Amino acid sequence: MAKVRKGIEVSIAMADAVAQANVDVIGAYPITPQTHIVEHLSEIVANAELDAEFVPVDSEHSAMSVCCGSAAVGARTFTSTSSQGLALMAEIFYIAAAMRLPIVMALANRSLSSPLSIWNDHTDTMMVRDAGWIHLFVENGQESYDNIFTAFRIAEDEDVMLPVAVNFDGFILTHMIEPIEYEDNDTIAKYLPAFKMKNTLHPDNPVSMGCFGMPEIYTEAQMQREDAIRRAYPTIIKAWKEWGDLTGRYYHPVETYRSEDAEYCIVTMGSYGETAMEVVDSLREEGEKVGVVKIRLWRPFPLDEFRKAVLGKKSLIVLDRAISFGGPGGPVASELRSALYNKEGAPVIVNYVAGLAGRDVSRNDFRNIILEGKARAGKGDTEGFTLYGLRG
Amino acid sequence: MDRFSVFSSRLVTKSENFTSGHRACQGCAEALAVRHVMKALGRDTIVAMSTGCMEIISSPLPLTAWKVPWIHNAFENSSAVISGCESGMKAMMRKGRIPQKKINFVAMGGDGATADIGIGPLSGALERGHDMVYICYDNEAYMNTGIQRSSSTPYGASTTTSPAGKVSIGQHTQKKNMPQIAVAHDIPYVATACPSFPFDLIEKVKRAAEMPGGAYVHILSVCPTGWRIQPEDAIKYGRLAIDSCVFPLYEVINGKYRISYTPYKKLTVAEYLKGQGRFRHLTDKDIEKIQAKVDSDYLKILKRCEEDA
Repeated sequence: MAKVRKGIEVSIAMADAVAQANVDVIGAYPITPQTHIVEHLSEIVANAELDAEFVPVDSEHSAMSVCCGSAAVGARTFTSTSSQGLALMAEIFYIAAAMRLPIVMALANRSLSSPLSIWNDHTDTMMVRDAGWIHLFVENGQESYDNIFTAFRIAEDEDVMLPVAVNFDGFILTHMIEPIEYEDNDTIAKYLPAFKMKNTLHPDNPVSMGCFGMPEIYTEAQMQREDAIRRAYPTIIKAWKEWGDLTGRYYHPVETYRSEDAEYCIVTMGSYGETAMEVVDSLREEGEKVGVVKIRLWRPFPLDEFRKAVLGKKSLIVLDRAISFGGPGGPVASELRSALYNKEGAPVIVNYVAGLAGRDVSRNDFRNIILEGKARAGKGDTEGFTLYGLRG
Repeated sequence: MDRFSVFSSRLVTKSENFTSGHRACQGCAEALAVRHVMKALGRDTIVAMSTGCMEIISSPLPLTAWKVPWIHNAFENSSAVISGCESGMKAMMRKGRIPQKKINFVAMGGDGATADIGIGPLSGALERGHDMVYICYDNEAYMNTGIQRSSSTPYGASTTTSPAGKVSIGQHTQKKNMPQIAVAHDIPYVATACPSFPFDLIEKVKRAAEMPGGAYVHILSVCPTGWRIQPEDAIKYGRLAIDSCVFPLYEVINGKYRISYTPYKKLTVAEYLKGQGRFRHLTDKDIEKIQAKVDSDYLKILKRCEEDA
């Protein structure tokens, strides 16, 4: 693959990135909703453009199980899922992180049934928020492509050894054709050397993996996981920095747009960041002192960077893409409130949940959310969350 | 059995790949089966094990009874995990990332993990044709969690979720025939075995490992705790199961059936059931019904073997 810029479906570009990363094993199951990622990968393998085992399994549960087995023998391992598929594999999703297996997953974010829906929101990923995976969120096709490489680099780092989910919005990204700059294979090889794992399942050096933990050891095992994901942070920063140095495209745990002098900001995760920036541009022209804060790294949560980005602002309008039923607010807003509690100069938070199951959040909707949110913040109306655009 | 001789025991390795010191109950024939299986497989083996008795007793952190690389992931997925191990190794060896080596890929699970919760992943793994062996240790109930019925629990057995009572015979369904389900996948090798017949078991596991592609070995593993018998009688009840033809020993090589052992004198089912606490509520009439089913099932197997001879 040479360095080239082309108009291509984001899912296809993701699959091309996986092939360029020279993976060894792909666990694949076409649960509804399906993307073209594994379909395209099966073509790539069938045409000998990638030497890998394409394992078309019997369920998403088995897909993650196959990935656990292949990562445990030290093979570079990839899978992709969504929605119901993620729900089915949730059990093994947790175990993969606990066993420190560096699997990379393209997680096309979509809603969960019922009612059955195949469209985009963040309900699926919020379900596995606490599983111990590293979660990256991307905004467009280029970021999706790029972060397959950074994800492998992070996951397989000796100091990390954790699975990484690249969260990208279903349909809004998965099925869109975008201009994407491909890197050449030499650049990729330089950035992503062959995977070498210290302790693998091999008869030459037998180890036992996935042992049974009594109460006297379980707590310590969990603390090790907590340590591991926190210690992953500098590696993530380094992986993004080096990718930026090679390609000119830099990524940061929290990214801001026109927020330096902003009095209030809209906070988003995923593809809506782009709409938010456009709307902020037009509101700025009208004299609104508004900016955008985008959370790219969801786990480990970038507490310091987030606080640095927002302390001193008057208010934040947080756009959630999932509901925590009966909870204090959307999952993102609840965490941000917690991150700012008792902090001097903390902005108040107004929380909107919007864009559930693919319902469009247009520029005009963003404008309404931002302006209404600002007004509500001024009145101290900041409890709970508001379901934006609710009909009837 | 025809190939057995007094020298058989000398041919078995002294090397223990599943070591003593594990925490199995006294008289656990399943742990014995694992020991024999691991002798048959040797050290160049990777084992993926389902959650269950054998996993719990052999791997309490930070201890392990395994001398071979071993992985436990979840209850239902050992066959999928071993598929991943096999695929990963295959890809890495082909790409020259690791040296070529013949490795046995073996998944193991109890009857619940095999016949109930893990039947989907097992069927998938067999259908995909991975070079692997699946071993089911069948103790005929969920013993690890406290003797609950599985689909492999035999008709009439009393368990904690199929208790015998005024209007219940205990388990009121027939035992799921897992070896036949495995045969239906057209895999090269399927066999039944029992640690009461150790040389037969070892021979079959070796053959399963040597066969390219998927192989399935179903091992009847007497559980004194769950069957409500004395620990010292575990081996005896294995023999009784086989001599009464309740659990016939046979193998299916590339679709051809072959009986491995014909009892010198076929015992009655009553002789097998007698003394087992789980069956003590059965009446003579119940036992007659079981005897009729055992006879008819055994005849079916014999007929297949005769056809294929």
